[in-house]
Amino acid sequence: MMDEKKDYFVYTDKMTVGYNGEPLIRDIEIRLKKGEILTLIGPNGAGKSTILKSITRQLALIAGTVYIDRQSIREMTEKDTAKKMAVVLTERIRPELMTCEDVVNTGRYPYTGRLGILSEEDHQKVQEAMKLVHAEELADCDFSEISDGQRQRILLARAICQEPEIIILDEPTSFLDIRHKLELLTILKDMVRQRNVAVIMSLHELDLAQKISDQVICVHGSKIERYGAPEEIFTSDYIKALYGVTKGSYNADFGCLELEPARGEPEVFVIAGNGSGIPVFRKLQRKGIPFAAGVLHENDVDCQVAKALAVEVVTEKAFCEISDSTLERARALMHRCKKVICCLKEYGTINEKNRLLQEEAEKNGSRV
Amino acid sequence: MKKKAQIRYAVSFVILIVLLLMLFFWNINAGSVQMSVKEIFDIIVKKTGEQTACNIVWQIRLPRILAALLLGGALSVSGFLLQTFFGNPIAGPFVLGISSGAKLVVSLVMIFLLSRGIASSSLVMILAAFVGSMISMGFILLVSRKVKRMSMLVICGVMIGYICSAVTDFVVTFADDSNIVNLHNWSLGSFSGTTWGNVQVCAIVVLISLALAFLMSKPMSAYQLGENYAQNMGVNLKAFRISLILLSSVLSATVTAFAGPISFVGIAVPHLIKSLMKTAKPILIIPGCFLGGAVFCLFCDLIARTVFAPTELSISSVTAVFGAPVVIYMMVRKQR
Repeated sequence: MMDEKKDYFVYTDKMTVGYNGEPLIRDIEIRLKKGEILTLIGPNGAGKSTILKSITRQLALIAGTVYIDRQSIREMTEKDTAKKMAVVLTERIRPELMTCEDVVNTGRYPYTGRLGILSEEDHQKVQEAMKLVHAEELADCDFSEISDGQRQRILLARAICQEPEIIILDEPTSFLDIRHKLELLTILKDMVRQRNVAVIMSLHELDLAQKISDQVICVHGSKIERYGAPEEIFTSDYIKALYGVTKGSYNADFGCLELEPARGEPEVFVIAGNGSGIPVFRKLQRKGIPFAAGVLHENDVDCQVAKALAVEVVTEKAFCEISDSTLERARALMHRCKKVICCLKEYGTINEKNRLLQEEAEKNGSRV
Repeated sequence: MKKKAQIRYAVSFVILIVLLLMLFFWNINAGSVQMSVKEIFDIIVKKTGEQTACNIVWQIRLPRILAALLLGGALSVSGFLLQTFFGNPIAGPFVLGISSGAKLVVSLVMIFLLSRGIASSSLVMILAAFVGSMISMGFILLVSRKVKRMSMLVICGVMIGYICSAVTDFVVTFADDSNIVNLHNWSLGSFSGTTWGNVQVCAIVVLISLALAFLMSKPMSAYQLGENYAQNMGVNLKAFRISLILLSSVLSATVTAFAGPISFVGIAVPHLIKSLMKTAKPILIIPGCFLGGAVFCLFCDLIARTVFAPTELSISSVTAVFGAPVVIYMMVRKQR
């Protein structure tokens, strides 16, 4: 086991976390190397923050051990930890009369002397960190007067100039709009690569978690439900189960959420393909009209959305011409619907049979 | 910008020092016996001059001025420490009832000692005040675990203050020694009657505490980002919190022991200094607060002494007149 410990920068052995001596999550086994990002996902209140707080020593461990760089965190002094680990927390801080640069400066504290006066080198490191998060122009702004996105970047810069070997971030992207979410994670990713640090964070955005993480931990109930590479974790069914989704669905390939579809006997049949159907599907779904769709190839984007939203979808195997039997099924389904919407303007060789459907619908006068 | 800030800090300190010197001489001069600047200079530096004037300056005015200077500074710094601890600018030894707790225990000890005919020494007084401060502080800390809102905490502090004051008044009223007159004066707050011995003791206590507080300015500035970040920067939270509480209690206890409870200095001065310097960095604010508190108290003592002379006002009334509006202004601005 000692050998194994050597291989990992963060190594937890039967780590059990919780509040006031009450275990909340048991036997957490993290194995993380430098240059890797570990993301914690799971429903609200599952204990993601509790795990993070236990690693950062804000909470005492209930049982087990956390080794960072082969050293148990119980045996490390505050100063040791400060030089190895930096944090970005969810809590909103409102320091009085501090400029952004002052806030970033605090990252150098573990390296300064008794009075905390920064040396020239420290100032340089602060400047570098600010540059890395593209916040040089914020240096003289009052920290309590900048936007959430800027604030998060400043706090990240603070963490960066602490020159940690590991950064812990608790929901760093909450309160941020998509642009700032992307910016923040890009900065983080760059930093992991350039400076070879380890990152442990919690995220609510599954789509982003899937894309940025090297490892994912799913916290659910009183245990770590799954732990592995994002490819293993992010399957539509599992995510649905993890979060207990009952209304709507989650598409793991696109990382997108769909609302609950309208159920019941389909009223509209949509002939679609090549993405042309998606706006129509969404419109029908918004109006609460149950619909069916076809004939869609399984590799068509329309197919993914239709499966989430339509009552019934007639599909054909990828790259194959629509077979007669499939056409028959689609035709039967179409006749059950009062209306038909055709989104296709052009037809290719493999979906030629959709043209037949369209023509037939027009003949019956039910095309809209 | 950085240059500008540094100039600002330097100018602020110069202003404070100039004000301090001005008030120092004005205070020596003001009173029933008028003296010229030259006379004062002669008396202080060469120790020559007319005998009575010399006595007035050396035996009455100077110790009093030094006491006001030291204790005013101590009180402001104590307020700043408490504000850092509670993460709120309206915390202070007076509003949190800490001064009143000190006052209560000091009165009890004084009465007890006087009734046995023992004169209480400066150190005993400080110790008593410290015990009282810690009792009030203990209550406040207990309350602060239950209530998260600072306004509630302040209300609790004010209540504790009232209870302590009520008990003190009660005790003072029924104590039957003629010396109690002094006690009564003291319990209203005043710098009068300070002796050189008092000044010596309080200088030692205040200056040591002040130096320690100054050495804590690094963890304090980390703590301004919240305890979790402070911990991440390598601050030993437990030790830090305890030393902060102890230091602020020692400082405010010293003030109470010598001059009685003095209101609002602990809140108003740190606020004014922060606004003047446009920063909250402890390394600048702690010395700034000390100077500011000294200036504020010298000014208030001057008014207390001279405005209705020969009747003296209690120092606390004067500081309240000038300090309370600042506090109200702060609270209003904070609401926005």
